[in-house]
Amino acid sequence: MLLPLAALLLGGAAKPQLVPDVSQDRVDIVYSFTGAELLLFGAIVYPGGRTPAHPADVVVVLKGPAESMLLREKQKVAGIWLNADSGRFRSVPSFYAVASSAPLSRIVDQRTAAIYEFGVDNIQLSPASSATPEAQRRFEAGLVGLKRKMGLYVEEPGRVRVRQGVLYRARMRLPARVPVGTYTAETFLVQDGRVIAAQVRDVVVERRGFERLVAGYAQDHALAYGLGAVALSVLLGWAAGAAFGRKRG
Amino acid sequence: MDLYLPIAGLSVNVLVIVGLGGIVGILSGMFGVGGGFLTTPLLIFYGIPPAVAVASSSTQITGASVSGVLAHRRRQGVDFHMGAVLAAGGAIGSVAGGYVFRWLQRTGQIDTVVAILYVVLLGSIGTLMTKEAVQSIAVMRGRAAPPAAARRHHPLITALPLRWRFYRSGLYVSPLAPLLLGFVAGVLTVLLGVGGGFLLVPAMIYLLGMSTRVVVGTSLFQTLFVTAATTLIHATTTKAVDIVLAGLLLIGSVTGAQVGARFAQRVRPEWLRLALALIVLAVAVRMALGLGWRPDDIYTVQPL
Repeated sequence: MLLPLAALLLGGAAKPQLVPDVSQDRVDIVYSFTGAELLLFGAIVYPGGRTPAHPADVVVVLKGPAESMLLREKQKVAGIWLNADSGRFRSVPSFYAVASSAPLSRIVDQRTAAIYEFGVDNIQLSPASSATPEAQRRFEAGLVGLKRKMGLYVEEPGRVRVRQGVLYRARMRLPARVPVGTYTAETFLVQDGRVIAAQVRDVVVERRGFERLVAGYAQDHALAYGLGAVALSVLLGWAAGAAFGRKRG
Repeated sequence: MDLYLPIAGLSVNVLVIVGLGGIVGILSGMFGVGGGFLTTPLLIFYGIPPAVAVASSSTQITGASVSGVLAHRRRQGVDFHMGAVLAAGGAIGSVAGGYVFRWLQRTGQIDTVVAILYVVLLGSIGTLMTKEAVQSIAVMRGRAAPPAAARRHHPLITALPLRWRFYRSGLYVSPLAPLLLGFVAGVLTVLLGVGGGFLLVPAMIYLLGMSTRVVVGTSLFQTLFVTAATTLIHATTTKAVDIVLAGLLLIGSVTGAQVGARFAQRVRPEWLRLALALIVLAVAVRMALGLGWRPDDIYTVQPL
């Protein structure tokens, strides 16, 4: 979505180029998965190989697949907190992490940040309800707050290290409850408040082995899976009962 | 020691989950309650998505009930005849409960309805049980005269047509009464993610007038079938049964149930009933406060 825009902005040939890479293009979720760490790194190629006196800043955005969400808001009605209001969002990234080489507010202005979705407050959630703008803002803040609390929306200013103005690297942490799907790792080069280069890499987060088998079975063979779950619990219960019964003699 | 749960989509500490299962198992063996009224809220508190917590804890209750039924059968504590009638009612009830659940979920009021149901049911049953238990303990200690011989069962139940003999329960009543009772427990199993034992046990004692010796075992027998049906309903509709989570809970709870059943034989039933009554009351009070307190998160999300 951003690439054509970035290409337009790039225009001239005498602009620096980005050569990004990701430590792994797939993250496997197996039984021992407690989260993963992705290393997003790369080089900035300046025209003529001359690094300017004020090297450009780097912003890295890791985004999970978007989903439609219904947000419910509790209000106190007759002394009881209950769901009173709700708002719909059409494209809520299931995961969002941004890292930059300096605080975002110092790199770009608010307008640019909004265009490129830099920062958790600038994610475009595509609200789709008839709520008043004021209520809409409240819902958006509520949704982002909730996601931040769950560790699924993260802002890490200063997490990107730039070496000698040409090599950059950023470690991004994926929490254990990370949703599966295809993620995009976007890298932006920002100079004088303008994005001058952008590149995207895909990262696939997937369940593997036993975890994949179980999730697939639960989805595609629901009845057999349910019967299997019941059988397992009956068997375990019976085994424990029999074992204890014998011990007592 | 962490393990990833494939359906819940997060990793948990194995020891915490097995330990939680163990505590719940002890309760279920002792009191004949499934323990779901404790497992489900605790799992949600631990961070498991609510749908997965409700579905998987019903799977776990099935296993714990098998273990409990076996323990009680050894001492002739199960009326299979009565249990079958209760289970039939429960199976119908769980299907009906499934519809109510989905309707409440659509309107977004499921949490509130569940919480209010908990408060009303647990509160009234807990109060009733506490009163009764305190009275019988007073009688036991000779501080009060035993109450006048109570009627065998509720007049409404004697009025029902068709009478069957339930030998082990020592009853000659209409099968419609336990069928209806099973139905209500079945609806609650799906709605609240509980085995329904906390409702069945007192109802069997106070409404049906069943012999207390078979109440716990028979209630577990009914719970076994109803939670199995609930697991199937969840597996095919919400697809939220996490077999790994249920397995971990089971390892703890099947052992716990054996310990609990053994313990129950050593303690005077009056004290046992008082303890259960107090636990039930405590959960009710906590839920009631939860309704009025400002929640940590006033926002919740639900995928569309």
